[in-house]
Amino acid sequence: MEIKSMRFKANASASLANVVLQGNLKNAKGKFVTKRAEALKDLDDFEGTRDAAKAIRNKVIDNLDLWLERFERKALDTGAHVMWAKDGAEVCRLVTEIARKHGVKKVTKSKSMLSEEAGLNQALEAAGIQPVETDLGEYILQVDNNEPPSHIIAPAVHKSLDDVADLFHKVHGTPRKTEIPALTREAREVLREHFMTADMGLSGGNFLVAETGSVALVTNEGNGRMVTTMPKVHVVITGIEKVIPTLEDLSTLMRLLPRSATGQSISNYFSILTGVKKPEEHDGPEHLYFVLVDSGRADVVGGDFHEMLRCIRCGACMNHCPVYQTIGGHAYGWVYPGPMGSVLTPLYAGIENSIDLPHAATLCNQCGVVCPVGIPLPELLRKLREKQTDAGLRPLTERIGLRVWAWVAQKPTLYALGARFGARYLKWLAGKSDRISLLPMAPEWTRGREFPAPQGKTFREMYAARKGTAA
Amino acid sequence: MRVGLFVTCLVDLMRPSIGFAALKLLENAGCEVVVPDTQTCCGQPAWNSGDKPGAEALAKKTIAEFEGFDYVVVPSGSCGDHIRTEYLGMFASEPEWRDRATAMAARTYELTDFLVSVLKVEAVPGTYKGSVTYHDSCTGLRSLGIKAQPRALLAKVEGVELKEMNGCEECCGFGGTFSVKFGDVSAAIAERKCDFIHSSGARAVAGGDLGCLLNIEGKLRRMGDETTRVLHVAEILAGEV
Repeated sequence: MEIKSMRFKANASASLANVVLQGNLKNAKGKFVTKRAEALKDLDDFEGTRDAAKAIRNKVIDNLDLWLERFERKALDTGAHVMWAKDGAEVCRLVTEIARKHGVKKVTKSKSMLSEEAGLNQALEAAGIQPVETDLGEYILQVDNNEPPSHIIAPAVHKSLDDVADLFHKVHGTPRKTEIPALTREAREVLREHFMTADMGLSGGNFLVAETGSVALVTNEGNGRMVTTMPKVHVVITGIEKVIPTLEDLSTLMRLLPRSATGQSISNYFSILTGVKKPEEHDGPEHLYFVLVDSGRADVVGGDFHEMLRCIRCGACMNHCPVYQTIGGHAYGWVYPGPMGSVLTPLYAGIENSIDLPHAATLCNQCGVVCPVGIPLPELLRKLREKQTDAGLRPLTERIGLRVWAWVAQKPTLYALGARFGARYLKWLAGKSDRISLLPMAPEWTRGREFPAPQGKTFREMYAARKGTAA
Repeated sequence: MRVGLFVTCLVDLMRPSIGFAALKLLENAGCEVVVPDTQTCCGQPAWNSGDKPGAEALAKKTIAEFEGFDYVVVPSGSCGDHIRTEYLGMFASEPEWRDRATAMAARTYELTDFLVSVLKVEAVPGTYKGSVTYHDSCTGLRSLGIKAQPRALLAKVEGVELKEMNGCEECCGFGGTFSVKFGDVSAAIAERKCDFIHSSGARAVAGGDLGCLLNIEGKLRRMGDETTRVLHVAEILAGEV
């Protein structure tokens, strides 16, 4: 997917100015938060479960090569093919080749963020193969001119009911419907035809189970089952970090994933798919391919951002992020928005292509608190800031400003003088008022709010004066 | 008990009354309070901006200035946490400084936490008339567990009627340099906080971090609210309002 993260700031301003989007964000805000809080109540021991989940994920990412090999061996035993893709281009090449080999004209897709990373739909279309998104949210976006998703589990969360009603009326050429069940039925009718005629199904994978060579899929609409069982070919595309050791581990992680994501104790559909259709079985794919994607993940192993590989893609961090809640997902400019996206985008799409993202957080740590695998997101964002500074990627004025300030702050006499001057200058700016409406050195602050006036003298000088009087 | 008061750079520059309120509260509780006059900033802005050398230099300076005291008290959860938590991770490869940072971290407290958890104060000098809602600043809340302490202290102030707001734990949008790097987003988040404050019906909002308070007051005034008072919890507790 094309990366537009360098325009974060402009994107964010556009989001703030978009009245319709702001209304939709207000409507969506809180729903995920409330539902998650409710769902966690029936978990006896959230912290304990989280520690267990964290341990499972650490076990895997600390020896990723070993677990991947185990998974590969088991998957091959079940009759599946296992392929390795270095990057998005290789994903596109491999999937196109698989499609060509089996004479595929149409591919039905269950949601896959890796497919978004790779820009797979465009590649398939270029090869004359029709990709059809069947997750309702993804379908809505696909028929709306291939709009990118704004959330990893609710891709069309930025759209309102009215938006979808208008869209379906336009693209389906049907009378405009305003009831959600009617709109859903309309999409089902369109998709049914595709399910019946697709030659290949393509899905992501929430987890890969090394013990059995299976892929686990967490979905809510049932489209995942249609995609993975009806066509003769099933291709799973997922990141190499998604492997876990055992089915027992899967059950631990599943106690947290749906609760953290949608506030459900279990998703409507939960599938563990193993191998190809056996002679005595009635359904399932005849050919099963795993395309396991690196795209920057292997480079993260063992480094400063290693812990990020624990991520199970629940979206809780973005749901709880004050910045995400305010501007939505598109502003982040790539596949993954919110706090996890602000870490992943620099790592996978280039730190130099996403200068703003690590700074686009208040470091409030609400994300870290809700993360079901305990990823210290604010700490990782801070480390990225450090990396940017070390690499000279931040604006020169900012770097010089920081150095000068830090230098002065190490010289108490000079600092005291500077603070005295600063307090008086700000007081002078405020005049008789108790506020400053335009801060010349920080106009960003006063564009949307006042800057309260200082009291006029520094604590230091007042305290010295008081001590002087007392003595 | 000798207590070193770390005033914080923001209080020094913007609102000395908070420093004096903290001083009064500590002295009133029987502490011998020293305010080292060479103190400047704990280095958090440098650390959070990715300037590690600057942050380390200021951390060492602060440790050297304050390690002689029985306790170090800070009228800010954010600066307090920086000293208590972040200093520890800063000196992984410098054992001497890591030990000094560890020793100081164990004796460093956010003001309300210190008054409640260490001094176990029974009474506070302030009186106040009116309703107050409390904004939980993110770092104090989520890193230091500052939640019950300021409320317990406010309950001891005669005349304070605490009216909790929905979303009291939600970020106000300040975020240090975030507030000037992404001013529009920051102000939009602040607006939500102000809506929560208004819905509470309280006539004043209190908090433990001046950064958040400047952000909230600035947004309230821009929204046309000329009456809701924005106070540091120390100011109410000390009766310095």
